[in-house]
Amino acid sequence: MTHALHAEWTKLRTVTATAWLLVSAAVLTVALGAVVAHAVTYSAGAPQDITKVSLTGVYIGQAIVAILAVQAISAEYSCGMIRVTLVAVPRRPVVLAAKAAIVGAVVLAAGAVAMLGSVIAGRLILPASGFTPAHGYPPLSLGHGATLRATAGSVLYLALIALLSLGVAAAVREAAVAIGLVLGLLYVFPIIAALVGDKHLQRHLEQIAPMSAGLAIQSTVNLGHLPIAPWAGLGVLAAWAGVALLTGGLALKLRDA
Amino acid sequence: MSAITREDFTRLVHAEWTKFRTVRGWVIGMVFAGVMIVLFAYLATFAHHDGGICIGPNPASATCQSFAHPEPALSPSGVPVTDTYYLLHRPLIGNGSVTARVGSLSGKAQTGGGGAGVSINDLVGAPAAVNQWAKAGLIVTTSTKPGAAYAAVMLTGGHGVRMQSNYTGDTAGPHVSALTPRWLRLTRSATTLTGYESANGASWTKVGSVKLAGLAATAQAGLFVTSPPSTDLSSPQYFGGEGGANQTATGASASFDHVTLQGRSSAGWKAQNVGANTELPTLSSVGYRPTSAGFTISGSGDIAPAVAAGYTDEQPLTGVFIGLIVLIVLATMFITAEYRRGLIRTTLSATPRRGRVLFAKASVIGAITFVAGAAACAVSIAIGNHILRTNGNYVYPSGTLTQLRVILGTGALLALVAVLSLAVGTVLRRSAAAITAVIALVILPYILATASALPTGPSDWLLRLTPAAGFAIEQTLPQYHQVSYLYDPTGGFYPLAPGVGLGVLGAYTLVLLLIARRMLLTRDA
Repeated sequence: MTHALHAEWTKLRTVTATAWLLVSAAVLTVALGAVVAHAVTYSAGAPQDITKVSLTGVYIGQAIVAILAVQAISAEYSCGMIRVTLVAVPRRPVVLAAKAAIVGAVVLAAGAVAMLGSVIAGRLILPASGFTPAHGYPPLSLGHGATLRATAGSVLYLALIALLSLGVAAAVREAAVAIGLVLGLLYVFPIIAALVGDKHLQRHLEQIAPMSAGLAIQSTVNLGHLPIAPWAGLGVLAAWAGVALLTGGLALKLRDA
Repeated sequence: MSAITREDFTRLVHAEWTKFRTVRGWVIGMVFAGVMIVLFAYLATFAHHDGGICIGPNPASATCQSFAHPEPALSPSGVPVTDTYYLLHRPLIGNGSVTARVGSLSGKAQTGGGGAGVSINDLVGAPAAVNQWAKAGLIVTTSTKPGAAYAAVMLTGGHGVRMQSNYTGDTAGPHVSALTPRWLRLTRSATTLTGYESANGASWTKVGSVKLAGLAATAQAGLFVTSPPSTDLSSPQYFGGEGGANQTATGASASFDHVTLQGRSSAGWKAQNVGANTELPTLSSVGYRPTSAGFTISGSGDIAPAVAAGYTDEQPLTGVFIGLIVLIVLATMFITAEYRRGLIRTTLSATPRRGRVLFAKASVIGAITFVAGAAACAVSIAIGNHILRTNGNYVYPSGTLTQLRVILGTGALLALVAVLSLAVGTVLRRSAAAITAVIALVILPYILATASALPTGPSDWLLRLTPAAGFAIEQTLPQYHQVSYLYDPTGGFYPLAPGVGLGVLGAYTLVLLLIARRMLLTRDA
């Protein structure tokens, strides 16, 4: 396993795209969060969840993370590298596990940077948008339990998105199809849910959609109004990632490379 | 020479078409995209017998009512309307006029918050600022049935004196305060109705004049007051049941004095709460009482076009988003697969004029997508509307031309995004990066605009400046300046006109296609 881990780490770090993707994921996440924090304005009648506002960047960050994870598998298939990998490490589940560990770890690191950056950006920008202590909004701080949970949870969210993407890519191999499936699952599922007229069906869809459920972790106020509780929501995403990894692992094991 | 060139291009298009149709996965993908669009037309509409409006944060304990959208009242021209107001009226036989001085308007709002669909019973109004579109004035109407032909001249809460007719007609008079009394007069001469206003009852100014074709010989002339629900325009919407536009019932009161009716009449004053049975949230504390000089009338409701009444043709098009993702993947692979397999070198050896290869590819993928997309949308709208109507829902009458625009426009939207994907794929050459870039350009702005914390202003700019502006082509509901409503994309309202929105997407596509051509020409394959 150590060898497999070392091999995966070498493969990932020697591709320049990895660094680019990780950096752009962090930068775009912080940038989008900052823009939204700047655009939101205080209004007495419309209370805002400023933690969630600051962490909005995860909407774009997750797409970059998905590219990274999908490429970790699909790129090997497209250039035939996968056959070398499987000759070197014949126990195929170990290959996927090693990839999951390495990709998960680098995404955790980049995600932590991105989310911390978002919180700092929010802390600096939000008071200018009117979210001041005088209006009942203390500065964002990780010392606040719910904010810490939202921030740490968002980092975990990104890592789970990476694992989900990895599993999907292992199952379908083709990068284009894998990224289409992952982003469709993330972005389109909630749009469909929002457009469905039946409120009960809508709520159920939001409880099982990986993005809507997973991002419940970012809410810090009005938790009773959420379709699903924060940690339960992240659990739903973890279940999606687990099923995807299992499917991918099974496909890898049973299929010729 | 040009004949040879044209033949050359035809051959290229044929080659690209052959590439497309002989890859089984692509053909299956295209069919899959169409099937998804139609399938979701079914899923998005079938449950609507059980939909309705839920009040309360937690659906488990929420009260849900009105399981279907029933048919609203229709104006003489077939537009769905709200026609709920308190009326004090007398028959007016033939020509004549009605005159009154309208005292200051005062407002009431429903107490205790609440949401849309609040019952008209058991609500007591609390004193509040008068609604901007509260109306008090004079009306001549064919009958007291909701949807009847009418003309009215009125003092509004915040928009001065207006002359309105047949629900959609609206002419502005002087912008005077609702707090100072104003003289109003409405005269009928055959089918022409003319509204006048005056500050002192001596010197009169014409506000407007309309011809009402369907006005009965004996019309009802009288005094009316009504006040539409106030909409919370600031509430942000998230996925997950938070936010949403809350409508609060309001009421208005106005005093009328110096009331005179000129012309023949056959009966005395009669009071009626017209159209009380409405889906609109209204206050129940309405009525009138005589005063020493005239009457004080309280009303709640609106005389206006019904915004977002029933379902629209966009409802069955929910699946377009899924079809779009499939098409983005297909169109990107149409070029990136060539790079991956090295086929691009064969293609470019066969046709050294590279720009033309790109345009041939764009023509083929665009045309296939347009045909498949428009066909899927036509089927979706037909099936979806049929299901909605079968379940007793009202579907907004958008008209054949508008439907055709939505069907062909959505086909064009899909085709443009396909060509855009091809261009981005050519520039980036990697499918994963290209597909993500396109989705981030086209779908992410829509999500951020409709479902993030962004307030209405920045959300609208996202839907003006990004390729997501193209979704405006699906818009069928008209916006009315005289109805205050949360005109946001989730409700089917876009900041740009349909054609302009599609034009923005088209501009992005064209620019990216030109960049792609440049890259293809200058870069080694």
